[in-house]
Amino acid sequence: MTKRTVYLDHAATTPVDPRVVEAMLPYLAERYGNASSIYRLGQEARKAIDEARADVAQILNCTPREMIFTSCGSESDNLAIRGIAFLNRDKGNHIITSPIEHHAVSHTCEQLEKHFGFQVTYLPVDKYGHVDPADVEKAITEKTILITIMYANNEVGTIEPIAEIGEIARAHKIPFHTDAVQAGGALDLDVEALNVDLLSLSAHKFYGPKGVGVLYLRRGVRLLPTQTGGAHELNRRAGTENVAGIVGLATALKLAQEHREDNNRKLIALRDRLIEGVLSSIPDTQLTGHPEERLPNSASFTINYVEGEGMLLGLDMMGIAASSGSACTSASLEPSHVLLAMGIPPEVAHGSLRLTLGHENSEEDVDYLLEVLPGIAERLRSMSPLYTTVS
Amino acid sequence: MYSEKVMDHFMNPRNVGVIEDPDGVGKEGNPICGDLMEIFIKVKDDRIADIKFRTFGCGAAIATSSMATEMVKGKTIEEAMEITNKAVAEALDGLPPIKMHCSNLAADAIHAALEDYLEKKKAKQPA
Repeated sequence: MTKRTVYLDHAATTPVDPRVVEAMLPYLAERYGNASSIYRLGQEARKAIDEARADVAQILNCTPREMIFTSCGSESDNLAIRGIAFLNRDKGNHIITSPIEHHAVSHTCEQLEKHFGFQVTYLPVDKYGHVDPADVEKAITEKTILITIMYANNEVGTIEPIAEIGEIARAHKIPFHTDAVQAGGALDLDVEALNVDLLSLSAHKFYGPKGVGVLYLRRGVRLLPTQTGGAHELNRRAGTENVAGIVGLATALKLAQEHREDNNRKLIALRDRLIEGVLSSIPDTQLTGHPEERLPNSASFTINYVEGEGMLLGLDMMGIAASSGSACTSASLEPSHVLLAMGIPPEVAHGSLRLTLGHENSEEDVDYLLEVLPGIAERLRSMSPLYTTVS
Repeated sequence: MYSEKVMDHFMNPRNVGVIEDPDGVGKEGNPICGDLMEIFIKVKDDRIADIKFRTFGCGAAIATSSMATEMVKGKTIEEAMEITNKAVAEALDGLPPIKMHCSNLAADAIHAALEDYLEKKKAKQPA
């Protein structure tokens, strides 16, 4: 077997599309103007940002004014949650969210609860990680000022019923935010169809550069800015604009949108081949997340009796990049809160493996993984006290 | 992230397995925490004649188990008792700070096996 280099961690980040790099380069070279400057060099940069803003707004089906460029998905999430929370303090202090959010959402909510007197309800999820809209409605009180539920989960790929939840939020006149960082480029981002008031995106998840994100903020919904300073982004987010990054984000999102259906078709075929292959070749392995309502590129598993980091090292030695929700792979030494919230026992959560495909992956890549993974699992199982107890 | 020595012990672990009728068994860790180590020893003339391990855990856990068993094989009980997690980590050319607790587990499991042996030995002695 010849060793190959196969990148299967697109949920972590994606390679920057060469066409995106090309679009960005002038803004890292001769077009270095500060977009706030009135002379030509500055106005050139301003124009580039305006065009990027209009392009992204069109894809989201909103107006350019409703786009706030940020430095990343985490900043967008922070701005959305803190921004709404602090401005609406006099109306209430209750936030509704899910237990499977990205840390940018959950740690922000935790901090608001611990240090700022807010009260957070974490809704239950079923074994697939689905939030039930009925539970959202049940949790609403007259003090609820924000609902935040992610569009698609980064660890298990499950897609949440955002439009339905949005309808409920609207009926109760509560601002509704969705962290769409994993959905960007893959799923429909029409904010009208989704019934959302705020939506976070991050460029490096859809073949754009790291260091730039965007927050959609519905007209009429106000927030308290988190990053204060100059009047950038209509006084909502201070800081000299990352022109190159913003151009990159818009270019990447346009490319993703243009080819979305085609790309998804290819990805789903590869994903299903991967899932079927793994489940049929390695006993005592489960697919995590919803079998159908999942991201087109996401294949996430728990492989019993072995630990995740061990698998990742074995895969890395064979040239394959992947990730895991095991405690040993997290800086906190805690297993994935997402898997635990779905009812997966900790010892099983430690054996999680996440494979997320991208545009450059091929059938050969999938088949290579399928050739290599069973041996890795078997070797680790042969050393594991949990496996030999069973057999 | 890991040194060459750690990767070597991870890819080619020494002393993997069980001993059918061990003279001492040590168990440390907990699958709920993501780490479980079992050490089996066979003692002859006060020396560790044979030693085997099984581990459920990350690369560092497997490497430290492997290295720890290599370090005490053939030593006397007294010598083996002196093994420390620091010594195991050093023998592996160091571990990332966040992984140091894995070396604790290996040293602890060896101590547990030795103590188990000594207890069993005590129990066998006529009163």
